[in-house]
Amino acid sequence: MAQSSIMPGFRPAISFTIVYLSLVVLIPLSTLVFQSFQLSWDDYVHIITNKRVLSSFRVSFSTALIAALVASFFGFIVAWVLVRYSFFGKRFFHALIDFPFALPTAVAGIVLATIFQPSGFLGRLLIDSFGVQVAFKPLGIVMALIFISIPFVVRTVEPVLLEFESSMEEAASSLGATRLQVFGKIIFPNVFPALLTGFALAFARGVGEYGSVIFIAGNLPYVSEIVPLLIVTKLEQFDIEGATAIALTMLVISFLLLLLINVLQYWVRKRSGQL
Amino acid sequence: MNAITQPVNPAKLVERQPLALQDADWVRWILIAIAVSFISLFICLPLGLVIFKALSKGIEAYGAALSEPDALAAIRLTLLTAMVTVPLNTVFGVAAAWAITRFEFKGKSLLTTLIDLPFSVSPVISGLIFVLVFGAEGWVGDWLIAHDIKIIFAVPGIILATLFITFPFVARQLIPLMQEMGNQEEEAALSLGASGWKTFWAVTLPNIKWALLYGVLLCNARAMGEFGAVSVVSGHIRGLTNTLPLHVEVNYNEYNIVGAFAGASILAGLAVVTLILKTVLEWRK
Amino acid sequence: MNNTFTNIVFAAVLSVLAANEARAAEVKLLNVSYDPTRELYKDYNTVFAKYWKAKTGDSVTINQSHGGSGKQARSVLEGLEADVVTLALGYDVDQLYQKRKLIPENWQSLLPNNSSPYTSTIVFLVRKGNPLAIKDWNDLVKPGISIVTPNPKTSGGARWNYLGAWAYALKHNNNDEAAAKEFVGKLFKNAAVLDTGARGSTTTFIEREIGDVLIAWENEAYLALREFGSDKFEIVTPSLSILAEPPVAVVDDVARKHGTTEVATEYLKYLYSKEGQDIIGKNFYRPTDPEIAAKYAKQFQPLELVTIAQFGGWDATQKKHFADDGVFDQIYGPGK
Repeated sequence: MAQSSIMPGFRPAISFTIVYLSLVVLIPLSTLVFQSFQLSWDDYVHIITNKRVLSSFRVSFSTALIAALVASFFGFIVAWVLVRYSFFGKRFFHALIDFPFALPTAVAGIVLATIFQPSGFLGRLLIDSFGVQVAFKPLGIVMALIFISIPFVVRTVEPVLLEFESSMEEAASSLGATRLQVFGKIIFPNVFPALLTGFALAFARGVGEYGSVIFIAGNLPYVSEIVPLLIVTKLEQFDIEGATAIALTMLVISFLLLLLINVLQYWVRKRSGQL
Repeated sequence: MNAITQPVNPAKLVERQPLALQDADWVRWILIAIAVSFISLFICLPLGLVIFKALSKGIEAYGAALSEPDALAAIRLTLLTAMVTVPLNTVFGVAAAWAITRFEFKGKSLLTTLIDLPFSVSPVISGLIFVLVFGAEGWVGDWLIAHDIKIIFAVPGIILATLFITFPFVARQLIPLMQEMGNQEEEAALSLGASGWKTFWAVTLPNIKWALLYGVLLCNARAMGEFGAVSVVSGHIRGLTNTLPLHVEVNYNEYNIVGAFAGASILAGLAVVTLILKTVLEWRK
Repeated sequence: MNNTFTNIVFAAVLSVLAANEARAAEVKLLNVSYDPTRELYKDYNTVFAKYWKAKTGDSVTINQSHGGSGKQARSVLEGLEADVVTLALGYDVDQLYQKRKLIPENWQSLLPNNSSPYTSTIVFLVRKGNPLAIKDWNDLVKPGISIVTPNPKTSGGARWNYLGAWAYALKHNNNDEAAAKEFVGKLFKNAAVLDTGARGSTTTFIEREIGDVLIAWENEAYLALREFGSDKFEIVTPSLSILAEPPVAVVDDVARKHGTTEVATEYLKYLYSKEGQDIIGKNFYRPTDPEIAAKYAKQFQPLELVTIAQFGGWDATQKKHFADDGVFDQIYGPGK
C-alpha cells in the first residue's frame, strides 16, 4: 500500500491513527447511523419534512451563511492588515484572534447577549440609531456565529497572504497597473481559495453551533430556532428517534461540506502546480 | 493546503513591502481602522466584559468565588480532563501527520476528511452519540450496569466527549506544515544512517515544534472550554461532574454573576496569557 | 520532562480517586431536580443533614443536579444515578416507570398529597408600577404586549403556564375549546423569547430587560423580587391559575443498589415535617401542611386554583396538548 520509501514508521503510525480514529470518532458516530436504521424511510421523511424541522434548517443555514460571509469579508481585512501593515498593538491583536476558540461557548453567548440586549451597551445604540434589535432576533444568531467564525477566516488567509510572492505584484506595478488592478487581478485570485476554505470552515462550524446561540437567539419556533436546539428539544420530549434522524441529517451535511473543502484544496494545489 | 488555523510566525509580519507595493496612506488607515474596530467589537469588548463582571464586586469577592469548594472541584476536573485529552490527541496528531504526509496510500483524502469530522459535528450531536453508546439504554448500557461501570454522567464520559471535540486540532496543525516541508531532510538523515526515532527527534521535531506547540495550545484551550458536548454527558452534579464551563453556567443560573464570570475569567485569562506568551516566544526566536 | 509529566498526571488521577474514597465513608445521596428548586434544596439539605446526624449518627452529603425537568428525567433514564428525583411534573417522573421501571407503578401514592410536598402556581412578574396595567390572563393576549415564557416543549414550568392560560380561557368561554385554543394561540404569539427553561426566562426578563410580562412559577417570581429588589419588579396574581404539584420520588432501583433506600425515603418524608414545610414556605413554595400553610398564607395572594386532575391527568394532557402535532403545535404555526 505504502509507496516504497526509506521512511520508517508507516505501519505503526497508520495503525495507531486508524485504531484511535475508530475508537474516538467512528464507532461513536456510527451509533447515530445504526440508531436511525430503526426508522423506516417513510418515518424518516416524515420527521425531516416537518414544517418546524424545515424552518429550523432554514434558520441554521441562512444565519451560518450570512455570518460566514460577514466574517470572511472582515476577516480578510484583518488578515491583510495584520500581514501587510504595522501599527501600534499589532502583536496584541494578532494574539487575540484565537480567543473565540478558547472561550466556552456558553460564556460567549451570555456576554454577547449582554452587549447586544436592547438595554445593553451596543444594543441600545443600534436601536436608537437604526431601530435594529439584535439580541433575541435571528440577527443575534448571526452575531454569535460571526464571533465563532473569526479565527477560521483569519488563520486560513494569513499564511497565504504571507507566503504570497510579491515579485508578481512588483512586475505588474512596474508595467503600470494600478494598485486596485494588482489587487483584483493578482492578489485576490491567489488568496481566494484560502478565503473560500476559511468561509467553508466557518460555515460548517456555524451550522452546528449551540452553546453561544441559545443565549442570544430568542428560540422562537419558525423564527429563531436552530437545528441543534430542535435536537435537544426532541431529546427532552423522550423522542430519541426524532433526535437521531435530525442529527444524522446534519452529520451527513457536515461530512459533505468537509469533503467539499478537501476537494477544493486539492483543486487549488493542482492549479498552483503542487501536484 | 490550509488547516483549521495555521501558525504564522509573527516576526514575519513586520517585513516591509517594497515601496512600490505599499498602499496609499488613506487606504492603509481605513483598513487598519476597520480591522481594529472589528476585532475590538467582537473580541476585545467580550473579553473586557468578562473581566469587568468578574471584578464588579471587588477583588475579594472574586477570590472568594474561586476558592469556594465547588469552584475548586470544577477547576480540578477541568485540569484532569485536559491532562488526559491533550497528550492523547497530541500523540495521535503526530502519528496521523506522519502517516499522511510521509507516505502515499489509497483513501488518504477520506482519512483526512474523517479526521476533520469532529470539528464540524454539532457539539449537541457529539454528546448525543456517547449517550447512545454508553447510556443505560445504549449499546453497551446493560453490560455497564451489570458490571457497575460508570461512563456517562461521570468523569470518563466527560473525557471521552472532550477527546472527540479536540480530536483534529493537533493533526490539522501538523499536516499542512509537514506536507509543505517535504521529506528531503529526513531522507538525508536516514540515508546517513540515523535511526527512525533519531531522525524524528533531531530533524522533524525541530521543524514542526511551533506548529505542534500551537496545536497543543488550541487543543488545550478547547479541552478546557468545551461546553455543549460535555453538558450532555455530565449530569451536572455540583462538585462532582461540573467542569469549569458548566460551573459558570450553574452560577449564572443561580444569579451568582461574580461566581460565573470569575470562572469564565480564568478560562479567558488562560487563553489570552498562553496566546500572548506564544506570540512573544515566537518573536524571540 | 516525560517523567515529571507522567508523575503529574499520576498524582492528579490519584488525588481524584482519593477524594472519592474519602467521601465514600459517609452516606451520599444524589437529588436530581428541576431548575427553580436550587435555593430550596440548598437550604433543605443542610437542615436534613443535621436532622439525620442527630437521628442516626451518620453524616449524609446530598449532591444536587439541576436542569430542565424533562432533561433531568432523561438523564436519570440514561443512567444518571439519582437516589431521589424532585421534578416539575408528574409526567416526567412517570417516565422513570414507563421507560425503565426504575420506580414502582404506584409511585405517586407512596407519599402524601400525590407525592407533592409543596405546591406552587403560575403568576406574572411585571416591571415596577405595572405600566401596562396587567391584571389577568386576558391582558396578556392584547396586541403589542410582549411576554416572556419558556417553551412548553422543553420546560415543565412552561407547561403549567400554558395550562393556566387554557383553564382561564375555558372558564371565560363556557368551556369552548376552540375559543381556548384561539386565546392561548394569541398569548403565545405575543411571546418575545421562548427560553428552554424557567430560569432562563427569568434571566431574559430581568437581566436582558426583554418583555413586559414574565409568566413564571410563583416561587420563581418571589425569589426574583428577593434577589433583584422589589423596587424594580412587582408580582401580579391572576384571578385563576393552575395548581402546580411538583412531585418527588425515591428512585428505588438506584437507591437499592446504593443501599440508600432508608435515608432517601426519610429525605423525602422529612419534607412533609414542620421543619421541612417551614423551609418550603421560606422559599416561596406553598406548604401542604395546613398549620405551616397558615403561617405563610399572607405571603401569597388568594386565587382560584385548577388542578391537573381536572385536565384528566398528565398522560392525557401531554398527548393532547404537547405531543408533536398536538394543540400547542397547532396554535404555534409558522408565520403566525
